[in-house]
Amino acid sequence: MSYITAEGLFKEYGNGGSVVTAISDINFKINTGEFVGIMGESGAGKSTLLSILGAMNVPTSGRYIVDDIDVYALPQEQQADFRREFLGFVFQSFHLVPYLTVLENVMLPLTTVKAGRKKKQDMAEDALYSVGLEGKIHRLPSQISGGEKERVAIARAIVNAPPVLLADEPTGNLDSKTTHEVMELLQQLSFDGITIIMVTHSAECAEYAQKILRLSDGRLVEP
Amino acid sequence: MTLKEIAFKNLMRRKGKAAFILAGLIIGVATVVAIVSFVDAMTNDINNKLEKYGANILIVPRTDQLTLTYGGLSLGGVSFEMHEIRQQDLTGIRSIKNARNIAAVGPMVLGGVEVMEERILIAGIDFNASGILKPWWKVSGILPGEHEILLGAEVARVLNLGIGKIVYVNNRMLKVSGILEPTGSQDDQLVFARLETVQALLNKQGFLSMVEVAALCTACPIGEMVRQISQVLPTAKVMAIQQVVKGRMETLAQFKKFSFGVSGVVILIGGLVVLVTMMGSIRERTAEIGIFRAIGFRKSHVMRIVFLEAVIVSGVAGIFGYFFGVGFAYLGLRFFSESMSPKILTDVQLAIGSIIGAILVGLLASAYPAFMASRLDPHEALRSL
Repeated sequence: MSYITAEGLFKEYGNGGSVVTAISDINFKINTGEFVGIMGESGAGKSTLLSILGAMNVPTSGRYIVDDIDVYALPQEQQADFRREFLGFVFQSFHLVPYLTVLENVMLPLTTVKAGRKKKQDMAEDALYSVGLEGKIHRLPSQISGGEKERVAIARAIVNAPPVLLADEPTGNLDSKTTHEVMELLQQLSFDGITIIMVTHSAECAEYAQKILRLSDGRLVEP
Repeated sequence: MTLKEIAFKNLMRRKGKAAFILAGLIIGVATVVAIVSFVDAMTNDINNKLEKYGANILIVPRTDQLTLTYGGLSLGGVSFEMHEIRQQDLTGIRSIKNARNIAAVGPMVLGGVEVMEERILIAGIDFNASGILKPWWKVSGILPGEHEILLGAEVARVLNLGIGKIVYVNNRMLKVSGILEPTGSQDDQLVFARLETVQALLNKQGFLSMVEVAALCTACPIGEMVRQISQVLPTAKVMAIQQVVKGRMETLAQFKKFSFGVSGVVILIGGLVVLVTMMGSIRERTAEIGIFRAIGFRKSHVMRIVFLEAVIVSGVAGIFGYFFGVGFAYLGLRFFSESMSPKILTDVQLAIGSIIGAILVGLLASAYPAFMASRLDPHEALRSL
């Protein structure tokens, strides 16, 4: 049985005569541990689809089901709980909190989790170890390189062991060597059982994915 | 990582904004504390002065006499009936509801006597109570015993009497035990002796001409005490001597109202400073809040971060505001107080009140920014970058 199911997802922005359809009739299924790439031209609806999959953007119609949970049928505050328990995010611009250290940034998703400080710190250090950043945990984001920031973002995304990791152009700001390292890291996470959905422009990055969802004008053109 | 740490670190990162909020609230709290301390100190000062005036309740025999005086010139009177005060009735004063506010009860008997061929007014008093009732008295010599008298300064001068001299009062031999230093009051014209001595001299055993009462007046209800004493002494006329301070108290009450109005405006401005600065801060942190929401922070978590920031800043503002306020009040008293005697007392309630008040203002002013922050759509917040 599929872990993630999208059924007739449809998203419009605006109202009246200025309605823009961002995505239309999106249907797919993704199994546990699958590495899925979402590709398409700029404006094809990739980011809209990712934000819907990230439980942050309510679709105009359709259903989005993860682990038998109809995500958008949940009340808003429970959608936040869903994001915390089921999803990890890796953003293109890293989106690290500038005044928190590397360790504190990684501990951020655990802030609202009921656990002792020591346990949370251990979890964060484990996550940083898994991305190879155990030596820079007390640095601020401004004191590390772009590749390292991306690794911190990945560590933050996986610190609470979410079953699904969503990545939006995770290598968009990185050089080719670092891109390769980050992609291998994501592939390893996929091998470890995390379902990865990654938006990318790069054909090189797409090669790491087991399945590609190609969007054009808001529609899936290649299942 | 806790929400508290996030709030604290954010404040540390945005020191300028935090300092601005802090300054706004400190000014507000300090103003209120200064005004409250100043008004309290002035009120205490007036109350203390009232106590130092000595007697503030006077009990005289009820009379149906219509006095005929004009411009200080007595033209005599039409006496219908005089109800004298009986000494034994004074025990009732100590049983009134506000008896604990009574500092001293001073019975007095007055009468004219002949001393060295001069007609002089003699007052029999309780010298134990006179220390409280007449705190301005300075006596050369000692207070009189059973067969002794105390002379007013003018009496001593006119009769040319000194301490230790023997005089005959109504043919009774009495020794001068002391002389009052000039007081500028009618006491200078009087001869004082113990109550029992004068009652015997005037043949008024068990009767009194008047009674002076000193009430501890810090927040004591003088008017109510007058009513209570009147009830236990129905044949006497009880009067409050508070006109002198009443005017000042009324002025102070007006000043109090005005000050609290000013405080309200200052607090309102402080609150607006917090509101505007917090709103600016929330706008700056759109992305950050978007990240928090994206990684699973509930709206309530975001609100708590904003409120925690407000509590930290306003709590610190409350502490500093209290001390600055007390300092301003101290300086203000040095400029405005006539006697320099008012003291700023450390008021724990005011200190706690200013901290809690500052926190409440901070929380109220942050409510709207916190609400706006919690409503930020994570998708929109992240897209705005």
